[in-house]
Amino acid sequence: MTATDPTAADPGTQADLRLHVDALAEAGRGAGVFDDHHPPSDELISDCVHCGFCLPTCPTYALWGEEMDSPRGRIYLMKLGKEGAVEMDDTYAQHFDACLGCMACVTACPSGVQYDQLIEAVRPQLERNHRRGLLDRLFRGLIFSLFPYPSRLRVAAVLGELYRRLGLRSLAHRTGAVRLLPRRLQAVEALMPPAKLRHLATRTPAVTPAVGTMRRRVGFLTGCVQRVFFADVNQATVRVLTAEGCEVVAPPTQRCCGALSEHAGREPEALDRARALIDAFAEVEVDTIVANVAGCGSTLKEYGRMLRDDAVYAERAAAFSAKVRDVSELLAELGPVAPRHPIEARVAYHDACHLGHAQGVRSQPREVLGTIPGLQVTDIPEAEICCGSAGIYNLVNPEPAEELGRRKVEHVLSVAPDALATANPGCLLQIRRYWPGDLPMFHPVELLDASIRGVDPVTARGGRGRPSLDARTAEPGTF
Amino acid sequence: MTAYTEEYRGLVAQLSGGEVTEAFRREVAALVGEGGLISEPAQLRTYECDGLTGYRVTPALVVLPATTEEVAAVVRLCARDRIPFVARGAGTGLSGGALPVADGIVIGLARMRAVLSVDVADQRAVVQPGVTNAGISAAVARHDLYFAPDPSSQVVCTIGGNVAENSGGAHCLKYGFTTNHVLALTFVTPDGDVVTLGGDAPDQVGPDLRAVVLGSEGTLGIVTEVTVRLLRRPEVVRTLVADFPHPEAAGNAVSDIVAAGIVPAAVEMLDELAIEACEKAVQAGYTLGCPAALVVELDGVAAEVDEEFAQVQEICRRNGTTNLRVADDAQERARIWKGRKAAFAAMGRISPDYFVQDGVIPRTKLGSTLTRIRQMSDEAGLRVANVFHAGDGNLHPLVLYNGAVDGEAERAEHLATAIVELCVEQGGSITGEHGVGSDKACSMTAMFGPDDLTVMARVRAAFDPQGICNPGKVLPTPRLCGERPGPYRPHPLEAAGVIERM
Repeated sequence: MTATDPTAADPGTQADLRLHVDALAEAGRGAGVFDDHHPPSDELISDCVHCGFCLPTCPTYALWGEEMDSPRGRIYLMKLGKEGAVEMDDTYAQHFDACLGCMACVTACPSGVQYDQLIEAVRPQLERNHRRGLLDRLFRGLIFSLFPYPSRLRVAAVLGELYRRLGLRSLAHRTGAVRLLPRRLQAVEALMPPAKLRHLATRTPAVTPAVGTMRRRVGFLTGCVQRVFFADVNQATVRVLTAEGCEVVAPPTQRCCGALSEHAGREPEALDRARALIDAFAEVEVDTIVANVAGCGSTLKEYGRMLRDDAVYAERAAAFSAKVRDVSELLAELGPVAPRHPIEARVAYHDACHLGHAQGVRSQPREVLGTIPGLQVTDIPEAEICCGSAGIYNLVNPEPAEELGRRKVEHVLSVAPDALATANPGCLLQIRRYWPGDLPMFHPVELLDASIRGVDPVTARGGRGRPSLDARTAEPGTF
Repeated sequence: MTAYTEEYRGLVAQLSGGEVTEAFRREVAALVGEGGLISEPAQLRTYECDGLTGYRVTPALVVLPATTEEVAAVVRLCARDRIPFVARGAGTGLSGGALPVADGIVIGLARMRAVLSVDVADQRAVVQPGVTNAGISAAVARHDLYFAPDPSSQVVCTIGGNVAENSGGAHCLKYGFTTNHVLALTFVTPDGDVVTLGGDAPDQVGPDLRAVVLGSEGTLGIVTEVTVRLLRRPEVVRTLVADFPHPEAAGNAVSDIVAAGIVPAAVEMLDELAIEACEKAVQAGYTLGCPAALVVELDGVAAEVDEEFAQVQEICRRNGTTNLRVADDAQERARIWKGRKAAFAAMGRISPDYFVQDGVIPRTKLGSTLTRIRQMSDEAGLRVANVFHAGDGNLHPLVLYNGAVDGEAERAEHLATAIVELCVEQGGSITGEHGVGSDKACSMTAMFGPDDLTVMARVRAAFDPQGICNPGKVLPTPRLCGERPGPYRPHPLEAAGVIERM
């Protein structure tokens, strides 16, 4: 494009500048405000024809209606960045930080623009080349020294439970003391899931044999938040997989997969975690690696790209990624063998962005839920728009996350379900935070598990979840 | 003979505008709040073009008002300081109608997106300009109603933009353009007055100013509320795709369908390249390698549609169709349309850059015009894909090029212009629905004589005597259309001592 840079008006200066840039380009740089380590690619940027079809599915455009907080606006900013026509300052960074990384635009784009690859190229550039404010750095530091560590999460969970059970939480809310906290800490406080203390001691066994004839030997990623706060989902996953003829191997040495780091642009950390996880699974011979968390699964499938420069790991990473399946993908592929019992309920299925948009897994969870007799699965209007959870987004950007959360809850309410099913713990916590009442929420495998075991999960979890219309105006977070 | 009258030159002369100063910025901020204002250079750059990226101008300021009152107040400031302003919806226009003016402001209506009221019994709705075209239909779907005009970008383009461009779409063959579906407008004049044009009833007493504003491409003022007419969904819809061995055969089939007295809801044609792009983008099930495919849709009362649908199939066969695909259900129909509607954007799959052209020809000249376009494309050494509303002769040739190859963009631009001038030569028009905007202002003289243009300029000046409302669009600026600056002629306001020339 022919940018007219007022500072380069003098032709003499322009020629000098050109020479200088050319010299840098020979050295592998010349990427404008970006450094030479995988800047967003010109080819991918030029795929965007500026048609705007991405606008209606972009959560931030839906909220603010601003061009620079839309996918095509962000791509435009990347292009300006590559040309060196802008500064990598707070203004520039804020528009990429505001992106939830939901990838709804990738689904919507008729030109096949790979925005996922573009944003994932920009985030590490910002981490390396843009210095955030002190508080922001501290807060992010806190998140990344807590969430990827199940052992620390367990401690946090115990403290959280004490806070809740000693009545401190209700005191903090009653007196309004909680509102004195910065918005981000308020978000942490509100999103903190209740932990069942007996779950904190639960570990997924290293090997669980298949029930009956073994159809597949699968590796199982137990997750971080998942294994601490949603241990019952992991248990249900193992029960369902074994009931469907899988031997489930969960290497006890496995640690965080690096998804949170990758989505936040903390590239070295993400790559270290990816390498460690590949090693952990290298010790077990499995045909398939199963994830039951959408965000983790999508990153596992990206390992091949993430480690493409690593001479030692590139090939292994690609092979690893090729084996990864979301649990619903695997179950749909295998087909049901275990008998199901009916569950008479109307369940709204919420597509987690990292399952639907990032992995293209939409029909399989519905198909799997469809094997449960009596279960009515309904879609939610505006399903393509993110609920605002988006990894650590609702912690670092609490305001837009709250607007999106409330918007999603309105849409879920509009279909009046008995329960909600979604394959990502983040979505679940986010929707629950703004749900006016007590809606039973499940991972799809939990419903499947209940059906196979013959229990009614919906009534077991607080009965019919339809709140009265009055409840819709109730304070959020009072679940 | 010159293309312009002296009066015209005077009316469109570029007048000295005011400057967007820090004081002006603060005044605007006081009206819309800091959050409704964009003034950082990097952010402003993202507003420098709309769906037509070939032209770029960075605005001095972008304002995002939330109410009619805010729009009017901002316009009043602009009028006071003679600062040019350009209204913008979703920025999907293909003729550069929302191209900013240097030193001017952009008034973005993306935050005014509420459906204000729906009157089911009278089949009307009042919406703000930032509501998307598809958003209107979605909001009234539970009443079994819909908004008929359906431009291909309907999921994203806004009703405000539709009103500005008088947008059509695949189904305007039977149902008409936006103007046939808009009853009233709340309108901010270029001096900041808020008026209502039209009314709830389909016919109004006195001159139809609503119709004057519709399609004026944002040059007469800013629409801040639209009362739209809603239609009851048809009882049945039948859709087919017919493949033809050459575009002429498809063109003849279209003529035969219309000659048989059938009024299809839509008749669309895609050529081989267009099909390739669509299939790459959305896998809509079109036949790859087919030289021309027709999409024909009929809707209405079951008995009538069934009979006519059989007739259409018979006509396709008579014209040598090689494959007839009939959509069995709503899902299949949606797939066919998804492919067609993604066509422009999907060009990115087969070419790094492209120009979307928009011209109209008499339906009877479809075959011969397509042959001529193919010759021109061969001569220029550039590929041209064709997607168009065949039923009303509205062509959309897409000129494919690679901007990274030296000189190819210029060659493509020339070819695109030559194609549209060919349309005029054939007795057609330079635009069917995308508008004139910045892109085709200079082509206006190919279609209109000096007196025509003068009358248009007089109408524009009656609304906007200061020339601050989307200046430079639609009406050609002689100096920018290849003409040397002529002798000095005073603008009427200049003569009156109200303004001075830059």
